[in-house]
Amino acid sequence: MPSELSLVVHLLVIITIYGILSIALNLIMGVTGLFNIGHAAFYGIGAYTSALLAKAGVPWFFAMLAGVFLAGLIAFVTGIPTLRLVGDYLAVVTMGLGEIARAVFKNWISLTRGPMGLPGIPHASLLGFKFDTAEKFLLLGVISLLLVYIIAERLLHSPFGRVLKGIREDETAVEALGKNTYRFKIWALIIGSGMAGLAGSLFAHYITFIDPSSFVMWLTFFIFLIIMLGGPGNNLGAIVATVVFVSLREGLRFISLPEWLNPAALQQLLFGVLLIITTIFVPRGFIPERKVTYRRHQDHAES
Amino acid sequence: MELFAQLLVNGLIAGAIYALAAVGYNMVYGALKFINFAHGSVAMVGAYIVLALALSGLHLHLVFAFCLSMVLTALLGVFIERVAYRPLRRAPKLAPLTTAVAASFVLDAAVMIIFGADIKTFNLPARRGFQIGPVYITPVQCIIIVASLFFMACLYFLLTHTKLGKAIRAVADDISLAEISGMNSDLIISVVFAIGSALAAASGALIGMDANLQPTMGFIITVKAFAAVVLGGLGNVYGAIVGGYLIGIAENLGVWYIPPVWKDTIAYGILILMLLWRPAGIFGKEETRATVL
Repeated sequence: MPSELSLVVHLLVIITIYGILSIALNLIMGVTGLFNIGHAAFYGIGAYTSALLAKAGVPWFFAMLAGVFLAGLIAFVTGIPTLRLVGDYLAVVTMGLGEIARAVFKNWISLTRGPMGLPGIPHASLLGFKFDTAEKFLLLGVISLLLVYIIAERLLHSPFGRVLKGIREDETAVEALGKNTYRFKIWALIIGSGMAGLAGSLFAHYITFIDPSSFVMWLTFFIFLIIMLGGPGNNLGAIVATVVFVSLREGLRFISLPEWLNPAALQQLLFGVLLIITTIFVPRGFIPERKVTYRRHQDHAES
Repeated sequence: MELFAQLLVNGLIAGAIYALAAVGYNMVYGALKFINFAHGSVAMVGAYIVLALALSGLHLHLVFAFCLSMVLTALLGVFIERVAYRPLRRAPKLAPLTTAVAASFVLDAAVMIIFGADIKTFNLPARRGFQIGPVYITPVQCIIIVASLFFMACLYFLLTHTKLGKAIRAVADDISLAEISGMNSDLIISVVFAIGSALAAASGALIGMDANLQPTMGFIITVKAFAAVVLGGLGNVYGAIVGGYLIGIAENLGVWYIPPVWKDTIAYGILILMLLWRPAGIFGKEETRATVL
């Protein structure tokens, strides 16, 4: 029976992993406005790549890097045909990608052991230090989350990030300014998916067991909810919403429900209704993105 | 050769169902220019309504249950549009896509709560199939093909020979121009959702009769219908029909070469190749705006 403290530590570790996922999808969806439904696939690609390599004896850090790289590479391949087209196409192709990834995890049994899952994934270790308890792993999780947060914030406030926001607001206008929006969009997708790959690796080496059921579309939807409620484009909002929703989701497990009520379905129903209401009535989220205003140049104002 | 003929017929049967789903999808795209992610889930709900009416409790005749389900599902489609899409018609594009995905999750969850997550079947009486040449076909499959052709013919008549059809085409072509001409575009969009959802219910119920029912089937219908739509050309109703048949045939012939567990991934593969090669689809014109008809 796990003590209450270890439950809290476990919750915190899950929050750091989901925090990374949220910041990653926020970069793709919240900042750039790309509708990506395959986020869970990139998370799964990171998890499986890293887990399989580590089981073959590769040190965690390099296995993780390979997972990040493969997630980014597949994002690149996905982006080539879709990002030249209207946003709708990316949505459906990433949706299809999510299903292809799940089919691979499930059906390529000689590699992934299919629905039986991969047990015995080695704990993460770095420079001889093994993160083999939840407390130690929390340290790794917090460091990774901080790193991802800092990278995302730096990107957001760089010229690159401003172009991404511009693409979200009015892609034609950004194009008219001479930017190759296709390249900016593809980079946003690659960076965000790479971050999702990192989250996947952390998850695999924390739980030490993965199976296809951890990487379903429902997860992507859950991260959607976090971003829409937190405030699309705002990383801090994404983290606050992650804390709230992951806690809420884990807390809902302790509420006893009548026998006939499927708790997973109930959660899906409630969160779905919540997302529709928020999108319609609070479109900028509860912690909205700060409006960036630039001081107008004196002579510009006069002319 | 015999196997080829059999797989081809299986493909035509699957294609008939996908075509029905794709047409509704495409009509909505034509009118609102957005992908209705909830379409497959609406089809799934339609199938479960037939199940509820025909088997549990009410014991209605299957044909009657089928028609009633189409009516009820049409109302559901209109309701979803009214609640989740209409308030966002002038919002950024991400917003209606988000509510559509949310709506599909809500529908899946509701069905899971009411009917349970396990696989259900219609328990149709097993009848001997017919042997036509080398091909074996069951009575249910005959009904699928006839029903699908019947609905397509009705839709064709509606779109080309009635005033309502003309109005639907006008709204799909240019919604503001249609409004200036005095058409009530909100009403016509509701009608489009009603027709699309009724056809979706038909396709969902036919899939249920041919195979089985599961709350997660909606998602697969969404992706396959979309693959059919992209193949035929987004916004082109006839393209969607051809696309649906092509996807069904490709899937079933594909089983010849690859293990059946990968069957569902064929549609996605076609979708991605098509986007690389010719994103406007077979019948869509490049550079010009896709229109209904």
